Amino acid sequence: MDLSPIISKKTVASAGETGSWRNYRPAVIAELCSKCRNCVLYCPEGVISVGENSVEIDYNFCKGCGICKEVCEQRAIEIVPE
Amino acid sequence: MILPGNASCQGCPISMAMRCLDEISKPVLVIPAGCSTVIAGLHPKSAMNGPVVHVPFPSTHSVAAGLSEAYKRIGVKANVVAWMGDGAADIGFAALSASAARKDDLITIVVDNEAYMNTGTQASLSTFWKARTTTSPAGKTEERRNLALIMLAHKADYVATASVGYIRDLRRKFRKAGVMKGFRFIHVHTPCPPGWKFPSEKTVDVARKAVMSGAWILWEYDGKLKLSKAGEKYASKENRIPLEDYLKQGRFSHLSDEEIRELEQKIDEDWELLLRFS
Repeated sequence: MDLSPIISKKTVASAGETGSWRNYRPAVIAELCSKCRNCVLYCPEGVISVGENSVEIDYNFCKGCGICKEVCEQRAIEIVPE
Repeated sequence: MILPGNASCQGCPISMAMRCLDEISKPVLVIPAGCSTVIAGLHPKSAMNGPVVHVPFPSTHSVAAGLSEAYKRIGVKANVVAWMGDGAADIGFAALSASAARKDDLITIVVDNEAYMNTGTQASLSTFWKARTTTSPAGKTEERRNLALIMLAHKADYVATASVGYIRDLRRKFRKAGVMKGFRFIHVHTPCPPGWKFPSEKTVDVARKAVMSGAWILWEYDGKLKLSKAGEKYASKENRIPLEDYLKQGRFSHLSDEEIRELEQKIDEDWELLLRFS
């Protein structure tokens, strides 16, 4: 029996591009960042990644909750209006 | 485990906890109705990067126990996780209790946002005393039930409480439960911005203040009950922050000073009771 019609497929953006929900945007001040990865761990969406020299935020899906700013101990993230 | 672009609210603590499922190898989720169902997505799309079974409330543990046993018999390695909210834990309590008593080989994770958030903030058995919800507009008159202690009374193999405010501690507990066998229960405190009426960026802040004021106790039991490192210093009263700092939420805005003192006393009693087990 073919069960594929009743099984959901894993999809990125299952609720659309959630970046459009955002009123405020988190912006990283790269020179203050100590790469502690707090923002990566606490981001509810999992859209923040820390590279060698930079912190990347995927603005297509960031909902703009502002948690990253609150957990950043170096105050390297600021919230700016869209 | 959870893919970006899902339907969770801004600052959702449940999706923060769902991300921590990465610590458990090969999880198979069993989700009764609740916010987690909405986050997991609408057919034919799924926001979860793994298998999920959506079930009615009272059958959660019946399905999970059956899945776990079936996987064992056909030789598939999987960690069955019954992922429920505090509301589903109320409604499906009979099956939860029976499953714990049978010592079924599965992990139960209760994400406790202290009300039935998905249907519009009705009071649950986990709701804080005096918290305002749509079914208790003047503040809940009963005290909350301590679900983790009930599971301890079932002599479950692993019982822990965790909080999204201490995500490293939460991940460690998930990791530990993931490699154990038997009935494992983790109670995660998840402050809900729209339900508790605080701004979305304060989720972690409120969760931490709950622990720092003593209102949420971090502990684990694996044969012996011990307080978790992240929260053990709040056992002594002088290390705690004033309870008023935690109560700065819309649902507590009506409290008088007298009621806050009474709440403080109830929290002291909770600590006293728990420390008797350690």
